[in-house]
Amino acid sequence: MTIRQIKGVATAAPRAPRQTVLSWIFQARELSLIVVIVGLITVTTLTQPQYLFSEGGLRDLLRTPTLYIALAVGQAIVMITRNIDLSMGSILGLTAYFCGNLFHEAPFLPIPVVILLTLVFGAVLGSVNGFLVAFLKVPALVITLGTLYAYRGISVLWIGGNFIRPEWVPTEFKQFALANVFGVSNLLIVALIVVLIAGWFMTSRRTGRDLYAIGSNPDAAVLYGLRTKWLTLIPFVISGTLAGLAGVVYVSIYATGDSKVGLGFELQAVAAAVVGGVAVSGGVGRIWGVALGAFFLATLTTALPVLSIPSLWQQAIVGVLIVGAITLDRVFFLIRQNQARKELSA
Amino acid sequence: MRFSNIMRGRHGRVAGVAAAFAVSAIVLAGCSAPAGDTGASGEANYNIVVMPKSLGNKYFGASDAGAKSAIEGFGGTYSEAGSNEAAPTSQSPFIQTAIQNGAGAIILAANDPQAVCADLESAQAAGIKVVTFDSDTNCRDAFINQATVDGVAQGLVDLAIAKFPTEPAQLAIESGGPNATNLNAWVDAIKSKIAEQAPNIEIVDVVYGNDVDADAYNAAKGVITAHPDLDGIIAPDSVSVKEAAHYLSDTPELQGKIWLTGLGLPSELRDYVKAGVFDQFGLWDVGALGQLAAYTAKALIDGEITGAEGDTFSTPIGDYTVGKGGEIVLGPLFVFDAKNVDDFDF
Repeated sequence: MTIRQIKGVATAAPRAPRQTVLSWIFQARELSLIVVIVGLITVTTLTQPQYLFSEGGLRDLLRTPTLYIALAVGQAIVMITRNIDLSMGSILGLTAYFCGNLFHEAPFLPIPVVILLTLVFGAVLGSVNGFLVAFLKVPALVITLGTLYAYRGISVLWIGGNFIRPEWVPTEFKQFALANVFGVSNLLIVALIVVLIAGWFMTSRRTGRDLYAIGSNPDAAVLYGLRTKWLTLIPFVISGTLAGLAGVVYVSIYATGDSKVGLGFELQAVAAAVVGGVAVSGGVGRIWGVALGAFFLATLTTALPVLSIPSLWQQAIVGVLIVGAITLDRVFFLIRQNQARKELSA
Repeated sequence: MRFSNIMRGRHGRVAGVAAAFAVSAIVLAGCSAPAGDTGASGEANYNIVVMPKSLGNKYFGASDAGAKSAIEGFGGTYSEAGSNEAAPTSQSPFIQTAIQNGAGAIILAANDPQAVCADLESAQAAGIKVVTFDSDTNCRDAFINQATVDGVAQGLVDLAIAKFPTEPAQLAIESGGPNATNLNAWVDAIKSKIAEQAPNIEIVDVVYGNDVDADAYNAAKGVITAHPDLDGIIAPDSVSVKEAAHYLSDTPELQGKIWLTGLGLPSELRDYVKAGVFDQFGLWDVGALGQLAAYTAKALIDGEITGAEGDTFSTPIGDYTVGKGGEIVLGPLFVFDAKNVDDFDF
């Protein structure tokens, strides 16, 4: 391990913005996502004006992404450290029922307390993943695949044929999810707060930068003296907490839910992160890009039914997008490499 | 995902590593059926395994409860086996387990008409009686039809015609999934009956809720948005009708504009019907469906019937005759409204 590589660790993630073709390419993901999102909404609205210009239309356009953004931001932070959290969907399911059930069993608890307890429950579930990955040194893929089934199994045992009944959920809580501030859904504001805090944490806090470092070169991070166990644990606690937040959001939107809530959402979160510019190999990705990726996937799920595209095709389209995003990454990488070579030889 | 059910019964051991899950699949699945009941020569083997399409579904919870009460009533052993996911082949390992455990009969709601036939045929070769309910397969001794395709479709079409007797109306159908045997049969029958009996009504679209709350909500929203002149939705699927009602309930501007009916559970639709979001829905007595399946399994084990057309047998819930193709019909469609919905608790 040479000095140069070790230095590379500390500087890998937070690149100084340079006004070059390189930085433009780096921005391209976010820019193109914005263009695609605006394009999708425009096309859908031109086809069916009600998609945007109706009471339910704008509301759902702006509040559905919250679920995806919460999950994708958590997943992205884990993926940036070169790990993955496949248990997010199962945590979402467990915490959603936990939240709904708490409303039912303990109606005397104020709503913020219920939300807080649900987030703590999510954090605990996530920290189980984190401890096993960080201290047993078992690959996250295996551990979280295990907890994906384990947590879902607990859901089925606990919930059985039961389900969250709409009347369990306090009206104020449902109203919060339906209401908006100057046309911006309350839930989207929640998502924006999550994105701002997570973005600030990842770019401006020492710990956040260290997470990029262990993702881009774990061996070098150890040599550099980073507390890798601790840094491996933190992202899983964050992703568990955000999956818990997604559980709360799910209950506020749907006011129902059985033992199948969140089935498959972990891969949606991975998809949103990848489309948003996170590399599966770690060390790369920005929170607001991920948020745009999540917003795009969510918009796709609400737009395609309006465009009368059968739901079976929706999955195929998401798949094509993931492959496309990764292919684009590779192409940009090769262009960057070429560019760097030219600069060197010049 | 197929193994998600494996976790039933071992939720305490969260620390279990995923690698162990696949290995323990067979062992654990074996645990779900009572052991040691293969012997007892001479006595009838009333060890009956009930396999719903998926676990954690309220509908199958009610039918399984009916089957359980009937089986325990005649001194048999009831067990339930299934996965969280209604995938075409997800029932296959449970059928194999039932064969190994020497079950007397399997009561199955098939996820696919053909996918598990090889397994069912080896079960029949081992002397196990196979009764299907809810969704049929191409290989069984008897099928309990909750209502004939004709009866269900006519029941729903009658409600539509009562609402739109003469004036032109545009209706959409929201179904569960494009692969579900019974749902597709109903959808086709609804379409052809509307075409014959109500030329004023046009079916403009068929959309699918995928048996998932969030998808069904989006599908309802999508179809209403995609067809600005839509007058109503017929949803012959419990998740779809519930989430369509939920969307209407969230979007008061649509209430009174979009008429809704479908097949649903009183426990899920009670609040919406009583709040006037929509008026009527149909179903059969789900508990009685499970009971009849259990009594049919007993009659097959006893040799009282063979599944041939014209066989008759008596049960505590009435006398039944095996119809063409081994079908036994439970009864006509029952219509629920705000007045009677409180009398049912499934």
